[in-house]
Amino acid sequence: MAVIRDMMPAFQLFQPTTTDEALGLLDEYRERAWVLAGGLDSFDWLKDRVKRPAAVVDLGGIEALRAIRPAAGGLEIGAMTTLREVGRHADVRDRYGLLADAADLVASPQIRNQGTLGGNLTQDTRCWYYRDGWNCYRAGGTICYADTPTAMNREHCIIGASRCVAVNPSDTAPALVALDAEMEIQGGGGTRVVAAEDYFVGPDVDIMRMTVLEPGDLLTAVRLPETWAGARFYFEKSRDRQVWDFALASVASAVKIVNGTVEDVRIAVNGVAPTPLRLRASEDAVRGRQLTEEVAARAGEAAVQGVRPLHHNGFKVALLRNLVTRAVRGDEA
Amino acid sequence: MADYKLIGKPYSIADLVAKVTGRAKYAEDFRADGMLFAKLLSSPMPHGRVRSIDTSAAEAMPGVEAILTADDLPPVDAPGEAGLTNEPMYEGEPILAVAAVDETTAANAIEAIRVDMEPLPFAVDPLDSLRPGGSNARLDGNTMVNRELANVKWDDVDWAAIDRGEMQTNGEVAEEWEVGDVEAGLAEADLVIDETVFHQSMGHQPLESRTSMAYWQNGKCYLHTSTQSTQRTHGAAARGIGIAPEDLVLVAEYCGGGFGSKIFGSIQMKIPALLSQKAGKPVMMRITRQEEHFIGRARPGLQGRVKIGFRRDGRITAMDMFFVQDGGPYGMSGDYVVVPDQSTLMYQPLSHRFRGISVYTNTPPRSPQRAPGGLQAVSMFSPLMQKAAKELGIDPLEMIRINAPAGQAKLGRPDENGEQGNVSSAFVVEAADLAEQTFDWQAMRARSGQRNGTRVTGVGVALSSFNAGAWGMDGLLTIRPDGKVYIQQGIGNLGTGSVFDTGRAAMEALKTDWDQAEVIWGDTSKHLPWSIVQAGSNTIHTHTRTNYAAGEDARRKLQEIAAGDLGGSPDDYDVADGRVFRRGARSSGLSFAQAARRAIELGGRFDGHELPEDINAVTTGAATALAGLGLMGVARDNYPTGGRVISHAIGFAEVEVDVETGAVVLKDYRVSTDVGTVINPRGLAAQLHGGGIQGFSAALAQKWVYDRRWGLQVSKRFYTNRPPTILDVPHEQPMAWAAQDKPDPFNPMGAKGVGETAEGAGSGAVLCAIADALGDGYFNRTPLQLDLILTKIEQLPPAFSTLTAHV
Repeated sequence: MAVIRDMMPAFQLFQPTTTDEALGLLDEYRERAWVLAGGLDSFDWLKDRVKRPAAVVDLGGIEALRAIRPAAGGLEIGAMTTLREVGRHADVRDRYGLLADAADLVASPQIRNQGTLGGNLTQDTRCWYYRDGWNCYRAGGTICYADTPTAMNREHCIIGASRCVAVNPSDTAPALVALDAEMEIQGGGGTRVVAAEDYFVGPDVDIMRMTVLEPGDLLTAVRLPETWAGARFYFEKSRDRQVWDFALASVASAVKIVNGTVEDVRIAVNGVAPTPLRLRASEDAVRGRQLTEEVAARAGEAAVQGVRPLHHNGFKVALLRNLVTRAVRGDEA
Repeated sequence: MADYKLIGKPYSIADLVAKVTGRAKYAEDFRADGMLFAKLLSSPMPHGRVRSIDTSAAEAMPGVEAILTADDLPPVDAPGEAGLTNEPMYEGEPILAVAAVDETTAANAIEAIRVDMEPLPFAVDPLDSLRPGGSNARLDGNTMVNRELANVKWDDVDWAAIDRGEMQTNGEVAEEWEVGDVEAGLAEADLVIDETVFHQSMGHQPLESRTSMAYWQNGKCYLHTSTQSTQRTHGAAARGIGIAPEDLVLVAEYCGGGFGSKIFGSIQMKIPALLSQKAGKPVMMRITRQEEHFIGRARPGLQGRVKIGFRRDGRITAMDMFFVQDGGPYGMSGDYVVVPDQSTLMYQPLSHRFRGISVYTNTPPRSPQRAPGGLQAVSMFSPLMQKAAKELGIDPLEMIRINAPAGQAKLGRPDENGEQGNVSSAFVVEAADLAEQTFDWQAMRARSGQRNGTRVTGVGVALSSFNAGAWGMDGLLTIRPDGKVYIQQGIGNLGTGSVFDTGRAAMEALKTDWDQAEVIWGDTSKHLPWSIVQAGSNTIHTHTRTNYAAGEDARRKLQEIAAGDLGGSPDDYDVADGRVFRRGARSSGLSFAQAARRAIELGGRFDGHELPEDINAVTTGAATALAGLGLMGVARDNYPTGGRVISHAIGFAEVEVDVETGAVVLKDYRVSTDVGTVINPRGLAAQLHGGGIQGFSAALAQKWVYDRRWGLQVSKRFYTNRPPTILDVPHEQPMAWAAQDKPDPFNPMGAKGVGETAEGAGSGAVLCAIADALGDGYFNRTPLQLDLILTKIEQLPPAFSTLTAHV
C-alpha cells in the first residue's frame, strides 16, 4: 500500500478537563492511546501516519497540570506548563536558573509558547530514519539504519548505544537531572515518584520507548528539590543555528562551592546518548577540589572516556569534552 | 540625482495592509462550489518503474471522485518533466493524484492504492555517475552534450584522488571555453591558488507551498495559483495543461515566496487543472511541506577545481575552473555555465577558462534559485580571494577594487569572434569607497582576531554581482474618466513590491501623485501586457522602462489633446499633478478626467482603437480589450541599451567563532551597493537584507542529506534542512546598507535590479569572516556547520571529503 505523509488521519479526540478523567481514558485505551501535550512531537507522528493511535487524549484543558507552586522548600511544576512559562517564572529564574536557561533555548519562541515541560521531557527521539517511518529496531524492526556504513549519523550518539544509536533530544532533561529533580507519575491507580535520572530509558532496557511511562501512565509534575536551589549553574546547548534546532550536545551543571572548594556537583549532558546522561566520573574529578583550569580539563576528559563515535559524529567527542570543561570552568555560555 | 517626484521616495505598497491583516487571498484561500481536494501518491524510491497500479480499493471508497495518472497527461520529451510519471526519478516524485471530497478521504485513498514498482539503478552524487561502471540517474543518459542526451564516463581519471577530495580536471566535459591564454596567465602569476571546491544543493523552500486550485466553466480553465510571474506564467501554464492561452484564466495576486522556483507554470498547475477536468468539479491541490520539499525545486550543487593566478599587486592574471554540476533528474540547469559569467565580471581576470558538465541525479528537480550560479560563484571564490589577499598582504577590500569591473566592463563567454559581451554599467570601486567611509571598514578590520574568552572575531568582505535587468517589453495604461491612471502590470506580485515600484515610473512620467494610480495585476482576465518573467532581478530595470514608455506616450497624447482643444502646439503644454496645462499658465488646461473623456471622443490612437505596430501580440490583445475606456498610454520599450544589466553589492560581515565549540555567531552585516538609481528605498533595504539573510543560510546552515545506500533523503523537515529564520540574523544593531544612487546610463531613471546580487554578498562575506576568525579557516565547501569548524580546530580526521555531496 502506498505511503502518504503530512496528512493527519482521523482519530478519536478526547479533551478531558481533569487528570482523573485523562487517566481513565488512558486506562481504557492503553496501547491505543496517545497523550497530546503541546503537539510539537505528536503532530509530526500523526501527520506522517507513522504512529496511528485510536484515541488521542489532549491534556490542554487540564488547568491543574499548568501550575508552578512552592512545594517542600522547592518548586512543583505542572507537566503542562509551557516552556515559556517555565523560562519566565520568577521563582524558577531566581532559584533554578539552570532550568529557565534550558527552557529558553528550546526550539523557537513560537514553539516555546506552545510546547510544554512535560512534552519536552517525554518527546520521542529525532532520529530521522526512525521518524520517517523506516522499520528500524526502535520501530519494531531488525536493523538500525543510522548505524550502517552509509548512514547519515552526524546527530546521533557517541555513548551508550545499544543497537539503536538515536539520542534524547530534550533540552530541559539534562537541567532537571543536574537539579536532581523528581518526576511525579500518575497511573495504575496511584502516584509514584522517580528521580529525573531514572525517568529516561535507554535501548538496552527498552528499545521502543524513551521513558519509564507505561501505557496508562501520565507525567503530571516535576518537583525541584530545595537542595540545589541557588547553586552555581551552567547550561549550554550546541546547535547549528541560533533557533529551532535540537542540541548536537548540551551540558547542564550545578555546583556548590564552600570556601573555594566544590562541596557538591551534578553534571548532566544530552544529545550524545540515548538518554540524558549524568557524568559521575566528571563530577568525581571536581568534587572536593578547587575550580581550576586543570580540574575543569580533567572533568572534560573524564566525560569522554569510553565514547564510541559513529562515522559522522566524531566532532561530538571534542564538543562534549569542551562543553563539560566549560561547564566546570563556569564560563558565560 | 535628478529631481524626481516619486522615484527614490519611500511609500507604502498597495498590498501591504491586505498582507498584514490577512485579507490577502493566496491560492489556498479560494473556494468553489463542489470543490474537491487532491492528494499526491509519490515515489518511495529514487528511481523506479511502475509495473502496475491497482486503484480498485481506492475507487470503491465513498467520496473518491477521480484519479489522474501519467497516462492522462500530455506527453513531454526527454529530459523534460511530465508532472506525473510511471518512471519516477527521485524520491517524492508524484506518480498519480486522487481527487476526493476532502483531504482525509483523498489521503486514505492514496493509502489504499497498490503500486507495484521495479527499482531501477540510481545516482545521487554526480561523481558516482561519472565513475566507470557507475549507475546513471536516467536510463537514457547521464548528461546533455550539444543538446542531446549522452552517457559520459571518466575512464582515465584518478578516482583515488577524487575519493581523497581532490577534483581531477581531465574528465570529459560538455561545455568548454577560454578567453585569453590561461596557461600563460598562470605561468606569469606570482601566486597561484589551486583548490577543490564544493557548493551544496538546496531547496527553495518558499513559505507558501505551490498550492493551486482549478475549475472549468464553459470550456475555460480558471486557475488560482502561486507564481512569481503572471503574464508569462499564463502561456506556460496553458501549454502544460494542453489548452490555448485564451482558454485559461490565471489568478495569482499574491505569492508567498518563489526565489526562482515559481517563475513559470509548472506541474502544480497542470495536475489540479486536468484532475478537475476529469472529475468535472473544481479541484484544490494543497502542497504539503514535505511535498514542497521534493517538488519545490532546488539549486544545483557544484563540485569543482579552481586555479587563480595573482600578480604581486593583487591583479588576477588567470582563472581556470572545472565544474561538475548536480543537475537533478530533468531539464538543463544552467547554474554551472553562469558561474564563469560572474567570475569573468567580478574579478575581470586577464584570462579565463571554463570547463564543465552537468550530470543527472535522482534528487529533486533543479531550477534557478536567487542568483543561480552567482551565489555559488561568490561563495566558492570569495574566500579564495581573501586567502590570496592575505598571502599578498593586501586589504581584502582593496583586492576587490584592484580587480573590479568598471564602466561597461566585459564579461562572459566569448562569441565566435572571441569577443566578450559587456555590462551597461559598473560602479564597484565607488561602492567600495562608499563602504570604506560609511561603514568604517578599517575599524571593522581592526577587530579581526580580537579575543573575547573563547570567541574570536573575524571580519569578511565579498563582492557579488548578478543580473539586474532586461528590455524590449511593453507598457500599458489608461487614464480614465474617473481621473485615475490604471497601470496594467503583466509581471507578478512576487512579494518584492516591484509590481508597484515599477508602476511609479509611469506616474513619474506624468509627474502625478501616486494616490491617483491604480495598479492592475495578478489576473489574466484583466488584460495584461507583454512582460518579462518576474525573475532574474529583471523587473525593476525592465518595467521602469516599459511603464515610463507608457507614461511618456500618455503624456504626449495629453499634450496633443490639450493643444487641440485649447490651442497652440503640444509642446506648449506640460503634465503634472493630474492635469495637462499650458506652461506658465497652469489654470489653462484639462484634468486627467476631462482629458480621458476627450480621448474617448477622439478615439483612434488616443483611446486605444489604433495601436503601435511594434508592440507584442499579447499587448495588442490586452490594449484592444481596454480600448475606449480612456486615454491609453501604450508603447514598446525602445529605449537605448548598453549591454547586460548587472548590479553589484559588497557585503561586510563580522562573526564570532567559539574555538571550543565551533559555534558561529553573526554579529553584524553591512552592505554597499551599485544598484543604479534607488527606486524605493524600503524595497531596496528589504531586498538587501532578505537576500543577505538567504546568503547567511546558504553559508551556514541550509542543506539536504541523503543516505546514498538507499538514495533516500533523511532531512525532510525544516529543522533538519534549515532554511533561514529571522533569529539567525544579527540583532544587536540594525544591518546597515548604503546605495550610491548612481544611475545606470541605459534606463530612463537609471534603475537596476538587486534581489539576486544581495544573496552572494551575504554568503561570501560570512564565509570570509569565518575564515578570518580562524586565521586560515578555509573549508572550500558550504554549508559551514560547526562540525566542520570544530573538526578543523581540533585537527580531527574529517568524516567526509571536500567533494562529498548531500551530507
